Parts: sequence; structure tokens; C-alpha cells
Amino acid sequence: MAIFLNKDSKVIVQGMTGATGMKHTKLMLGDGTNIVGGVNPRKAGTSVDFDGTEVPVFGSVAEAMEKTGANVTVVFVPPAFAKAAVIEAIDAEIPLAVVITEGIAVHDSAAFWAYAKSKGAATSAAGAAGTRIIGPNCPGLITPGQSNAGIIPGDITKPGRIGLVSKSGTLTYQMMYELRDIGFSSAVGIGGDPVIGTTHIDALEAFEADPDTDLIVMIGEIGGDAEERAADYIKANVTKPVVGYVAGFTAPEGKTMGHAGAIVSGSSGTAQAKKEALEAAGVKVGKTPTETAKLARAILNG
Amino acid sequence: MDLFEYQARDLFAKHGVPVLAGEVIDTPEAAREATERLGGKSVVKAQVKVGGRGKAGGVKLAATPDEAVARATDILGMDIKGHTVHKVMIAETAPEILEEYYVSYLLDRTNRTFLAMASVQGGMDIEEVAEKTPEALAKVPVDSNEGVTIEKAREIVAQAKFPAEVAEKIAEVMVTLWDTFVAEDALLVEVNPLAKVAGGDILALDGKVSLDANADFRQPEHEALEDKDAANPLEAAAKAKGLNYVKLDGEVGIIGNGAGLVMSTLDVVAYAGEAHSNVKPANFLDIGGGASAEVMANGLEIILGDPDVKSVFVNVFGGITACDEVANGIVQALALLKSKGEEVTKPLVVRLDGNNAELGRKILSDANHPLVQRVDTMDGAADKAAELAAAK
Repeated sequence: MAIFLNKDSKVIVQGMTGATGMKHTKLMLGDGTNIVGGVNPRKAGTSVDFDGTEVPVFGSVAEAMEKTGANVTVVFVPPAFAKAAVIEAIDAEIPLAVVITEGIAVHDSAAFWAYAKSKGAATSAAGAAGTRIIGPNCPGLITPGQSNAGIIPGDITKPGRIGLVSKSGTLTYQMMYELRDIGFSSAVGIGGDPVIGTTHIDALEAFEADPDTDLIVMIGEIGGDAEERAADYIKANVTKPVVGYVAGFTAPEGKTMGHAGAIVSGSSGTAQAKKEALEAAGVKVGKTPTETAKLARAILNG
Repeated sequence: MDLFEYQARDLFAKHGVPVLAGEVIDTPEAAREATERLGGKSVVKAQVKVGGRGKAGGVKLAATPDEAVARATDILGMDIKGHTVHKVMIAETAPEILEEYYVSYLLDRTNRTFLAMASVQGGMDIEEVAEKTPEALAKVPVDSNEGVTIEKAREIVAQAKFPAEVAEKIAEVMVTLWDTFVAEDALLVEVNPLAKVAGGDILALDGKVSLDANADFRQPEHEALEDKDAANPLEAAAKAKGLNYVKLDGEVGIIGNGAGLVMSTLDVVAYAGEAHSNVKPANFLDIGGGASAEVMANGLEIILGDPDVKSVFVNVFGGITACDEVANGIVQALALLKSKGEEVTKPLVVRLDGNNAELGRKILSDANHPLVQRVDTMDGAADKAAELAAAK
């Protein structure tokens, strides 16, 4: 099962022929991802050889979908062109667009999110007809042993029964590593920007419905109120055990900590408030990533 | 990036939001000519990025050019809530203010949309209005792809219940303010107060603008708005090297890869510090996924240049990047610094985990640098770094 991505996913890469796109397409193929094409209007009709695997380049997302049946796109397009790339994907009605690009202007991400919504974006795990967006500024998602759409290293862990949702890439890797012996159903990096497509709540809903997931690890960080709202959602809707971790207790007010969305504004968006909200919802919250992994392990070992 | 009032004023003027004339100066004597240009009287306004400057005595009326010099002398150098006043704006005096309103556009993260806010209760802290009389603050979502047309602006104005005689004028301001918000890639544009003055005109008398750094690639004029004087010298040096660095007030220098992991590293060091004289992280520094020797050397150079730093914690999880490359980066960085005559004198604790961690650890062990210690868990390494900082 897993969520959003599985062995049947047919993946295309927007920006495949750039340096980052080339590097990660090769890695994704190595993880067994079924990459059926790349998109670059200037190189349409050509193909790229990845260690013996020929991947065709198409002129548009719509063309790639028509010719290959692709249902996932991974976007590596640079920030200045990312909005156009995502809108193209939405117009082509691809079910899932994973936007890796970091540094997209908020006016651009707000615009493509509003556009996706107006076209019936999947805003819940139950899924509408439109395009689900994951990211931007995210590492993508992986269903170990089946498919990898993004830049999460494929060899950290194996298939298993933990679902992971995180705003941060490296904390995703750290947590997958800590719990590598148990393994993961899917791990979703939702991104650290102020406006993102898929939220903690969307992933929680999907993991709750996924029969292959027994426990959910949720990683948050300072900024916004997504974790607080996820806590309310968990209280009302999630029956599976959830373990949490929040980064940024020592972040000063008013400073952006690496991720564009990681900022404490006045008294809002603090790690303390997020931790308290999660604990009030019955979520066990670890003080460090290692302690969080221990909490998950203890629950799974009953 | 938050702007000063005079910078916000300039952007408002550029996009047609009605403002009064004003210019920024940084010496008292310059207040004379500036005031003469305004016809002999002015308002002298401290330029600080913090609210409440009026109450703190940072805004004064000057009836003559001499008085403007005297007021500027008082205000320049003044401390307002920890902010030293380096610049004042010499502004045109407003006609008699009859009413004060509030209007803004901002990003509503919760609903992932833009939001217009407007209130007839302006001139005071809007968070106070939101708390005490939430019904007096209209909040209207704005679809980024539809924007604010005059019709949309009228809807906002109607929801805020502005008096009929100013409604249309305020709607026009809402359109120009939206133009400012979009054209400048702003995260916030706020006018407070938006005043109705004698004669019926509507004027933006004070404002706040915050700009999106991610849009710098298409906003070449924004670089000039940066307050380079106020930037911490270490932060400025890091920025020049393209490093993502924030200075904090502790003693343990931090280098890590990935924003989330670095934030987490700061927290883990602070917890560990509770058992070691309460030492705290000295900075945030994310060297990103690559972590080449050069980037590592640049990072180490900034951190070792911070006199507050007593020990350094390098915390790397090898994802796509292999730990052996990172370890080589550290060894080469230390050699590079030595060759530049900046030999490392502070202890380094290095934790490598993930992709090729064993190889990376071996490289560090083989290099056998006297100041580098390897600790293989994040919590353990944080504890060691805190202990070393406390011992210094």
C-alpha cells in the first residue's frame, strides 16, 4: 500500500536535463523508480542514457502523460521558472506533482497553490480529481522498496510499517536512519516553505487510512501553525499511535532559520507551543531525534 | 526583510499610495535644509524597526528649521527598545488628522492565501484591536490570481465598515497598496495610520513593509534597501560567502547540513548545556547538502572568527552526500585554514552518520588532528561539545 507513491507510479521529471535533475534521476532509477520520461521543450524528441536506461525527453507534461501514462512529476526546475512548470503540471491534470525546488518566491507558490485549488487540487487524502502538490522546498517522498520521487537517499532504510511526515529533509533522513531496522511504509517530506501543497494533516489522514502503516512519526519545526492544527486533527481523527518531534526551541524571534517558513513571529510559531499542542493531543514528543526514535520503538515493541 | 518607514514610504509613493513628502537624513544639521525644503516646518521621525517610537519620544514636531535641528539632535542616537536611532525622516507635516484607520495585505499561512485586513480603529497596535474588538477588524482573503480590483477593494472596504464619505477613496488606496504588495514581492504591506485629514484627503502616515528574500532574483533594487550598518559583522561575512548563518548568543559554534537538522542541533546542544554551566549554541549555520571542502572551510572560518565561540560542533548526516566526502572536506578545510595562517585553536567535535559514515570516521581518525574529536551519536556529540565549551 503506502501513501501517494507505489511500485505502479509512473514518474516523469521536469528539469531532468539540468545538473540536479540528471543526478537525482539517476539515483531515483537506482532505487527502482519507474521513470518514464523527462520534460524539456528545448530537448523534446531526444533521450538521455542513465547507465543503460534510455529515458525519453518530451516537450510538455501533457505530452509525456499522453505517451507514457505518467501519473507523478518531480520538479527540479530553478526558482525563476518553477511557477510556470507547476502550472503546466496542474493544467495537464497529473495526479501528483512533487516540487523539490528551493527558493521559490512566496507570490509564486501562493499563485500556483491558488491555481491548483481552483482546479480541484487534492486537498485531502481521500483525493479529488486535481493535482496533489508536495512541497515546494522539500526532499520529496519515498516508499522504500517501491519508488522514490525526489532526493531522499534510497538506501537509508527498508520497507516497514512506520509512516513519516516531516517539514525537514535531513531530519527525515536522521529519523529514517534511527529506525532503519524497523523500516518505513512511506516517508513524506512536505517542505519548509510558508506555502506548501500537502500538509501534515493530509499525510496523517493518508497514513491513518493506510493498512500498511502501524505508527506515524511527525516532524515539525518553528513557524506557522501547521503543527497545532495537525494536533487538533490527530485528537479528532487519528487512532494510530503518533510520535512527534519539533525543531527550533532555541531559535530567536524574527530570524529565518534556513527554511523560508521557519520563523517565530512575535509569540506565534514557537516550538514550545507546537510541542504543547501535540502533547495535549496525546502525541508523545521527543526532546531529541534519538529520543523520538526511542519513543516510536517502545510503542512498536509494545 | 523588514524595511524602515522611509523605505516603505518610498515604495508606497512609487506605486501611487498617497503619502506625505519626506526624506531621510543621518546628521542633525541636514534636518535644517530638509525642513526648509518642506516650507519651514516638519515632523522629525526616528527610523527604527520597532513599534512604539512615538511613546518613546522618537517622533517630534518642528515649527522651524532650527527646531528641526534640535529635535534631530535629540532623536539621533536615542535608544528605542534596544534599537539605536541612526537615521531620522524629515517629513511634511500632516493637515489636521480627523480619523485614523488601518489597512494591510499579508500572507495568511494558515489558509495558504493572501489576506486583506482593514479597520476603522487605526493608529494603535493592530494586535490589540484583533484581541479586544475582533469585530472591528475585517479580514478578507485575496486570491493571488485574481488580485485586488476596484470591485474587490470595495468589498474589503464594505466589510471594514468605513464611513461612506471615505469609502471610495480608501478603496482606491487598497488597489494601489495591492500593486505595491505584488510588484515588490512583499510578505506584508501595512499602513497604520491611514488618516483622513482636514479637507477630506486620505494619507498613509506610517507604514511597514516586509519583503521576500526568495524574490531577490527579480527584484534587483531590493539589495539597496538592506540595512548593512545594522547587520552583525559575522552575519554579513557569512552572507558574502553565500552561507546560511544566524548569530546567536551562546558559546558552542554549530555547523550542520540541512535547516531542520541544524535547528535540531541547536536544541540538542542547549539541552546538553543544562548540565555544563548552561552553555548555549553560538550560531545557526547550514552548509547545505554539498558540504565541499571549500564550503566547510568557509563555514569554519566564520565560526572560528566569532570570539564568543569556545568549542565547535560539526553535525552532519550524510544523505546523498557521502560522509567520506564530508570528512575529507573537514580535513582539507583545516589544512586550508592553516595555509591561510588561521590555524584552528578551538576544539571541534564531529559527528558523522548516514551514507559512508564508517569511511568518513576512519578518515578523521587517520588524520588524527589534535583538536578534532569524533563522537558518533548526535546527543553524545552535543554533550561533548557543551562540556568542552564549559571547560574553557
